[in-house]
Amino acid sequence: MGAGPIDGWDRAVDVLVAEASHGRFWAASGAAVESAVLGGLVGAVRWLTTPLFPEDYLSLVNPLWCGRELRGRIEAIHAETADAATLVIRPGRGWIPHKPGQWVRIGVDIEGARHWRTYSLSGPPGRPDGCITITVKAVPDGLVSRHLVRQAAPGTIVELAGPDGSFVLPEPPPRRLLFLTAGSGITPVRAMLHGLLTPAAARGGAKPRVADVVLLHSAPTSADVIFGAELRALTARFPNLRLYERHTRTEGRLRPGDLPDLCPDWAERTAWVCGPAGMLQEAEEHWAGSLDRLHVEHFRPVLPRAGGEGGRVRFTKSGRETDAEGGTPLLIAGEDAGVLMPSGCRMGICHSCVGRLTSGQVRDLRTGQIHGEAGDLVQTCVSAAVGPVEIEL
Amino acid sequence: MATTARLSHADVEEFGRELDRIRDEILASLGKKDAQYIRGVIAAQRKLELGGRVLLFASWLPPAWVAGTAALATAKILENMEIGHNVLHGQWDWMRDPKIHSTTWESDIVSPSAQWKHSHNVVHHTWTNVLGKDRDLGYTLLRVSPGQRWHPVYLLQPIYNVLLALVFEYGIALYDLEVERIPAGDKSLKETSTQLRAIAGKVRRQIVKDYLAFPLLAGPGFVPVLLANLTANLTRNVWAHTIIFCGHFPEGAEVFTEEQLEGETRGEWYVRQLLGSCNIDGGRLLHLMSGNLSHQIEHHLFPDMPSNRYAEIAPRIRALCERFGLSYTSGSLARQTGSVYKRILRLAFPGPRQHAEPAAPPAPDLQAVI
Ligand SMILES: Cc1cc2nc3c(=O)[nH]c(=O)nc-3n(C[C@H](O)[C@H](O)[C@H](O)COP(=O)(O)OP(=O)(O)OC[C@H]3O[C@@H](n4cnc5c(N)ncnc54)[C@H](O)[C@@H]3O)c2cc1C
Ligand code: FES
Repeated sequence: MGAGPIDGWDRAVDVLVAEASHGRFWAASGAAVESAVLGGLVGAVRWLTTPLFPEDYLSLVNPLWCGRELRGRIEAIHAETADAATLVIRPGRGWIPHKPGQWVRIGVDIEGARHWRTYSLSGPPGRPDGCITITVKAVPDGLVSRHLVRQAAPGTIVELAGPDGSFVLPEPPPRRLLFLTAGSGITPVRAMLHGLLTPAAARGGAKPRVADVVLLHSAPTSADVIFGAELRALTARFPNLRLYERHTRTEGRLRPGDLPDLCPDWAERTAWVCGPAGMLQEAEEHWAGSLDRLHVEHFRPVLPRAGGEGGRVRFTKSGRETDAEGGTPLLIAGEDAGVLMPSGCRMGICHSCVGRLTSGQVRDLRTGQIHGEAGDLVQTCVSAAVGPVEIEL
Repeated sequence: MATTARLSHADVEEFGRELDRIRDEILASLGKKDAQYIRGVIAAQRKLELGGRVLLFASWLPPAWVAGTAALATAKILENMEIGHNVLHGQWDWMRDPKIHSTTWESDIVSPSAQWKHSHNVVHHTWTNVLGKDRDLGYTLLRVSPGQRWHPVYLLQPIYNVLLALVFEYGIALYDLEVERIPAGDKSLKETSTQLRAIAGKVRRQIVKDYLAFPLLAGPGFVPVLLANLTANLTRNVWAHTIIFCGHFPEGAEVFTEEQLEGETRGEWYVRQLLGSCNIDGGRLLHLMSGNLSHQIEHHLFPDMPSNRYAEIAPRIRALCERFGLSYTSGSLARQTGSVYKRILRLAFPGPRQHAEPAAPPAPDLQAVI
């Protein structure tokens, strides 16, 4: 390529670009700018920043000052077990306090591309430092979970959305509760436990908020129990909490048939269950007669079904097209094609991912059922193409 | 001129497959570094713009005026070329960041993104250098190919081309309107007026920002700030005009007829993109400031490949062209610009004779390929 005087500039460009990619100088320039600009002035300032938004410049100073999108900064990462870690995240402005048991969606950049996943908030709301926590278990081959547990570093900026979810305690909570959890399924329950137990302690050990709580938790070994030490300490401190740990490697899986032995009055308790799909299914069968006493939280889609024809999918708003296989949700097909797909739970419960079908039919991956008429709103995370499909996304 | 006459059909397809391989390889290797690159350029551009605008508050000091104007012009060029143009091509859609995505981006030009994407990404990139189809070809105003029928109005084109350069962003916006399709009934007046309103909205915002709000904020510096902003916009316009014209109109760039395109295969499409585009040689600053359109050939072969990778594949594309005996046109900025102006001047007059018949294929050597 060319030589001559231009080459002298090349280094200047290098410096410019390299410097800019560090992004976080002026970081501490204070809340004054923030409130001055964001307080009602935004509309006027927009005339100065058009076609961008004021926040596009403000986020040069602090990435969390981003009005339309919620972001968070990973402040700390604590290992919980060999393959699970708690991430302490400082949310930017606009975070609404969650209810214990709810989840948050988090968008993480891995190798330059953004991936959204859902994680239960593992602590009660109102941490003194204003942060929230999620606790992630690395699943084998898991893209995001392994990244968060093994690679992510404090200081990383993540996208946030939420909180949301209906796996929460009613107000006031029932007098007697049963929590049935396994693996990372302890996370939403841990947030609830704190909500249930600690306020009572704070009131100087007066009348406890709940009569009693039974927690039956399964993990391969004692060392694999996420929050193990803390749960044991809570049990020692609060007589109204009873913990039973099942170490499945030596003792085998906990079956519904074991329930009467471990918790004789299980049928009189309201139960919150969170764990692998098989366990949730057994629980639903076991509580079949009294489903109003059962609350479950799924961490992954129930029995995803492969098969079907697949087809050419056209995303009409973004003008993208791709060939999708019969077992691939439209959500994944769209994301892989670079379409900005809205999503939430990614397992068919929250409806954040719906798009309007303009033509073609889809298969519900949960049931195998083929459906769809032009104009239908379909959940892209659990629908796959059956033949050519056009969707308004 | 290209020497493709001896290229067999099998060779063309093999050439296409080789290009597909390069494309797949690069797209599969996109990662963190690429994301850091575009975020870095965007952050640098915004800081440069902020810096320029702040400096201009002291614009009664001549050095501050010069530095502020230069910073602002540079920022506007970066925004239009390396960032806006490439983001709107979907080069960064793979990151799935809604802030850097072809479906959400608005550039600091008066063309609304949706209209620009249609006329540029769809019409121009599909019909590259096809007479009567590629509306970029001379932007309908100019005669840039002997295949276009001469008209006395073209005698003035050397002059109005310069005027076009100065108001280039407005030229693009109006040309995106495709008004020539209205009389034939191909386009409704209603659609046109909706588009016009969108353009007017962007024009108003740019005018208020650059010629009213910032000058007013500068108080006594109203006039120097206004002039600085005007200079920055004009500089950006002339620069964009220069780079874009160097991409398709210098000596060596070929034009095609619609008939030549019938049944075009992927390999032939690649060959047409290659022969219709010209590169500009230069260093990294030139590549950055031209939005990597200095790698026009690579850009036309792979319009949605992130622009920071063009420099990396350019030597491989050049070697491939050598292997297949295809011409790979490139030259210095001065040479290519000179060549473009020479062409515009020459074609202001009738002829050259051998191409006077408008239907005649202007690039007969491609007949063998197609
Ligand atoms: C409401 C809700 C709350 C959640 N809360 C938590 C939480 O608090 N802590 C937590 O660690 N995870 C939680 N998850 C699961 C989490 O969202 C991810 O699905 C999980 O981290 C795997 O993502 P990945 O990108 O690592 O795996 P992917 O790369 O998406 O998948 C890799 C492989 O792992 C399998 N797989 C996917 N999900 C799971 C899973 N949950 N368990 C085992 N195998 C899986 C896939 O089938 C695939 O074979 C929750 C999910 C939901 C819907
Ligand atoms: S993402 Fe929640 S239903 Fe699809």
